[in-house]
Amino acid sequence: MSTAGKTSYIGLLKNGIFGENPVFRIALSLCPAVAVTSSLKNGLLMGIGVFFVQTLANVSISLVRNFIHERIRLPAYILIIATWVTAINLLLEAFAYPVYKQIGLYLQLIVAFAIILSRAELFASKNKLLPSLFDGLGMGLGFLVALVAISFFRELLGSGTLFGFPVVSSKPVLLFVLPAGGFFAVGFLMGFFNWIDIRFFGGHGASGGGH
Amino acid sequence: MEKLLELLVAASLVNNFVFTRYLGLCIFMGTTKKMDTAAGMSITFTSVMVISSALSWVAYHFVMAPYHLEFLKILVFIVIVAGFVQAADTMMRKVAPGLYYKLGIYLALIITNCIILAVPLINADSGYSFIQSLVFGLGSGLGFALALIIMASIREKLELADVPKPFRGLPIAFILTGLIALAFVGFSGLITL
Repeated sequence: MSTAGKTSYIGLLKNGIFGENPVFRIALSLCPAVAVTSSLKNGLLMGIGVFFVQTLANVSISLVRNFIHERIRLPAYILIIATWVTAINLLLEAFAYPVYKQIGLYLQLIVAFAIILSRAELFASKNKLLPSLFDGLGMGLGFLVALVAISFFRELLGSGTLFGFPVVSSKPVLLFVLPAGGFFAVGFLMGFFNWIDIRFFGGHGASGGGH
Repeated sequence: MEKLLELLVAASLVNNFVFTRYLGLCIFMGTTKKMDTAAGMSITFTSVMVISSALSWVAYHFVMAPYHLEFLKILVFIVIVAGFVQAADTMMRKVAPGLYYKLGIYLALIITNCIILAVPLINADSGYSFIQSLVFGLGSGLGFALALIIMASIREKLELADVPKPFRGLPIAFILTGLIALAFVGFSGLITL
């Protein structure tokens, strides 16, 4: 799967967004997908954070892949990822403090995101710099798209606004900003993606086992 | 003493990690298909939680705070937790092979759980004392165990239900979690810290 698009960089990007979308298809790193998506702004910033960490981590791991002994590769990858996460955290704390206060905890937890480590292990550690860069970009974008999609629905339904601007005049469904609403939103969107997959692409619609 | 009890209830029920802070979902979805797995994970998880909050508290207050290295907390905590889990894995294999055979697999899984990192971070950010950190770790572990066991018992029944095809597997599990989370909203306001 990860070696399929070795020559086509566009293919790698597309794979990240559609084929192996981290949230809807392989169902990795679900915590932030529910946690920070109560408003579009938070979802977008979190997505951008993950996007950068994923890309930078992929690039740096791909660069050092030949110097790290196989036995210690996982701890080494985690350290590289943690370094980038710290950098992004400090940046966001300096430039967007109000948002940082809301999503800071989840941003710090990017370290433990399975998706980043799994791309590092499955792709960046075996591929050259450029393919790894594009894989990182694709996976990061896929994550961003998923977060934006979820937070779009939740903010629209839950508060009747988009980016804080009022859009719908009728009374909003408070449920969707509550924790429970996040789970519902992810569940329904996942079901919807599966339905599209089954209906139009003849897939099986089974999204992973959940890890 | 009373405050500690409140902290325990707050960490396990009111601010349950899965249902109100949405953390640890990967493990939560992955290990709740069968009751056995869920129970094994609960035991392992709660003990790792308590020990790692103790370890990271010591590191944070005796090493990082005196030298103003707080900005390194993410790096240090992940090293402590991953190192501890790895060490526990190795020791258990030698000392208690029977236990290792039963619970070892969960130890390996735990490293990818975000709660394990979240608890030390929250401990550090809210300035808990040593005992408070321990209690918070225990409460979080128990809360997670409760969530796992509730979910596993429902999902075992769900196997027999006729779910629409696109919703099979994860989507329905998410909607279920949403329903349980809705019930947990009832705990908010139970305790004000």
